[in-house]
Amino acid sequence: MQEIEWRANSGGSGAGVLTPLGEAERVMIVCNSCRYCEGLCAVFPAMELRRVFPAGDLNYLANLCHGCGACYYDCQFSPPHEFNVNVPQVLAKVRNDSYATYAWPRALSGLFARNGLAISLIAAISVAVFILGFVAWHDPAVLFGRHSGPGAFYRLMPHNTMVALFGAAFLYAIVALLMGMRAFWRDISAPPGTLQVGTLWQAIKDASRLRYLDGGEAGCMNHDERPNDRRRVYHHLTFYGFLLCFASTSVATLYHYLLGREAPYPWYDLPVVLGTLGGIGLIFGPLGLFIAKLRRDPMMLDEPRFGMDTAFIVMLFLTSVTGLALLVLRETALMGVLLALHLGVVFALFVTMPYGKFVHGFYRFLALTRYAREIRHV
Amino acid sequence: MADLSKRYDVVVVGGGNAALCAAISARRAGASVLVLEAASKFYRGGNTRHTRNMRCAHDSATGTLTGPYSEEEFFDDLLRITGGETDEPLARHMIRESKEMLTWIVEQGVRFQPSLGGTLSLGRTNSFFLGGGRAMLNALYQTAERLGVAIAYEAEVVDLDIQNGMFLSATVKRGEGTAAVRAGALVAAAGGFEANIDWLKRYWGDAADNFLIRGTPNNKGTVLRLLLDNGVQEIGDPTQCHAVAIDARAPKFDGGIITRLDCVVYGIVVNKHAQRFYDEGEDVWPKRYAIWGRLVAAQPDQIGYIIFDASSLELFMPSLFPPIKSDSIRGLAAALGLDPDALDKTVSDFNAAVRPGTFKPTELDDCRTEGLTPPKTHWARRIETAPFYAYPVRPGITFTYLGTRVNHEARMLMKDGKPAANMFAAGEIMSGNVLGRGYAAGIGMTIGSVFGRIAGREAAAHARN
Repeated sequence: MQEIEWRANSGGSGAGVLTPLGEAERVMIVCNSCRYCEGLCAVFPAMELRRVFPAGDLNYLANLCHGCGACYYDCQFSPPHEFNVNVPQVLAKVRNDSYATYAWPRALSGLFARNGLAISLIAAISVAVFILGFVAWHDPAVLFGRHSGPGAFYRLMPHNTMVALFGAAFLYAIVALLMGMRAFWRDISAPPGTLQVGTLWQAIKDASRLRYLDGGEAGCMNHDERPNDRRRVYHHLTFYGFLLCFASTSVATLYHYLLGREAPYPWYDLPVVLGTLGGIGLIFGPLGLFIAKLRRDPMMLDEPRFGMDTAFIVMLFLTSVTGLALLVLRETALMGVLLALHLGVVFALFVTMPYGKFVHGFYRFLALTRYAREIRHV
Repeated sequence: MADLSKRYDVVVVGGGNAALCAAISARRAGASVLVLEAASKFYRGGNTRHTRNMRCAHDSATGTLTGPYSEEEFFDDLLRITGGETDEPLARHMIRESKEMLTWIVEQGVRFQPSLGGTLSLGRTNSFFLGGGRAMLNALYQTAERLGVAIAYEAEVVDLDIQNGMFLSATVKRGEGTAAVRAGALVAAAGGFEANIDWLKRYWGDAADNFLIRGTPNNKGTVLRLLLDNGVQEIGDPTQCHAVAIDARAPKFDGGIITRLDCVVYGIVVNKHAQRFYDEGEDVWPKRYAIWGRLVAAQPDQIGYIIFDASSLELFMPSLFPPIKSDSIRGLAAALGLDPDALDKTVSDFNAAVRPGTFKPTELDDCRTEGLTPPKTHWARRIETAPFYAYPVRPGITFTYLGTRVNHEARMLMKDGKPAANMFAAGEIMSGNVLGRGYAAGIGMTIGSVFGRIAGREAAAHARN
């Protein structure tokens, strides 16, 4: 094939190696001349609305891609064909690069590089700080003592301290995530008027069903060309498990402030029921996603970012495991340590949220919103 | 790994749509089946990998088809495109059977979608595969494997043992050695000979060196040759094929759909002497798409250049390679290696002949030339707005029509007119029975699926008797 001059994003062309954005642009030009995949997901119809692919548009398409893998196995030009079209892989690279670009504050965008290590360290440090804090604050006898009945947890850490600490961590995460979303929104230059009730509602429906993780209906393809839908199931378990846990905490907060009822609550009470169900989802969902990740065709992986995906999955899993362990063993002498462990993990989850895989949901949601608008205007 | 030492009821040579439909249909009829695919697993499926739809008759609209397409209308279309060069009873038989194909192929796991962007004119007649031809193949292979069809990859057939019209065994190249595979019946679904440049040269001369082959490099016609040499009746004009004008910068083989250019109707096409040679605006593009390969093949050095201006740049589907661009017609000629004076004169003469009209890019409009030879009868607009663009084009051969004569059972006919004892054919290798010349989108896949299914069924019935 004759050498082609690829356009705006082709960096490092001298070495014959394109940057992820340059490669994504090349691949989108190939795909836009073919279009066989337009029934598979949202990425290809969005691509067809364009003839050129500046960086912002590529970041939009990359975040719109759910990584279902169908287009890789359906493509007559995927490697080893000389056109070397590998959409899931190049969009994963662009997407993962984009997370670092949008990080707030910018100084922390480096956390996305070697993300697995960074997040493990932060998690380990926060757990250690909670344990040491409990020890320093109290007589070790309190840490290893048995506590039960309302307010048992707060004998280790006063409720107001807990609220202040986690409230601050949570607020920080929200601010950082919002700043990241703003950066993404600006980068993809979504036209004014995109954020409307109709488009947001469409995006909520598409995101909550993972509509575009099904390869156009055949099911996502993860380790070979045989489709199955299991990643969608695992993701639902994870996502809705997370939401249930979040709901559990919210209900408990309302109990505390509105009804004056203090944790721990009996097993049949709403916060515990929600937390338990969510916790179970957050065990099996991440486990399934992790196994799927291990089985994924290496051709579609953004190999160096494997750590980031894994770190996020492991953090969710640990949140759930420590929470459920706390529920089961809260009447025993292990409660103090488990509480420290759980709080440490949750704290780390909160503060690292804006600097890991967690952000994918927010950018994808915005991308789906933009897509809802674009497609309606065709 | 398929066991080649075993004797199978049916051996299918080839691995594309026709072969897989035959294999599945034979297996469903109770036969043991072996598929011999010359390509590796990735490249399996021959030209089916590059397809995207099939044309089937249907009585009413469906979830993916916008309206009915009767058998009669299908047959009329076939008559028109082939100029009557078709085996009418066989063609009618195929069209009748194509109706069932829409449900049968879905039962084999293939999924359809509404017609693709840029192909709206086919939304009523043609069923598009969700994810394209390779997705379709993946579904057929999965079904075949699930049913217990044995599949051997990188298993090229290099010889056939045929005695008095009776297939006995196939010699398969495997690595360094060969293996003889015996079976009760043969289904030949190994494609045409378009990738065999030497064979093409017998009819086209050295011009064939300038042809680009849009699909698999494996369609060398070995099986077709062996069958014809063993007394099977030949059908079709050996120079007839599906040939379109594709980007001259495309790879020699396997460039597929993405080097296609849909801008002929919006510009002019000149040869290496910068002379026009055919009415670019004769009819809407889908109806003229498949004549331009032959037109360019007839030009010196088998090269042409589509010339247009900035006003047309975004009227057609994007293509893989960017157009060659210049601020002037002379500059464009220089970039293309054409005589600047000659191209300038051709464009000026054309511009002077353009009559005023109302430009309608997707329907036959009244923009035409007057007093120009050849004329441009629609979409003729002056080429005057810089920058100016060009695409170099060469003949892109999709597949050849020369094949083995078959009857209603997809059974090969011998030179003496008698049906072969146990040999059947489906797909490109027998397309000449239906397609004497010309083409309409999706017919190749119809021929493959319909005759594949019939061939498998009949081969199984023969082998199990």
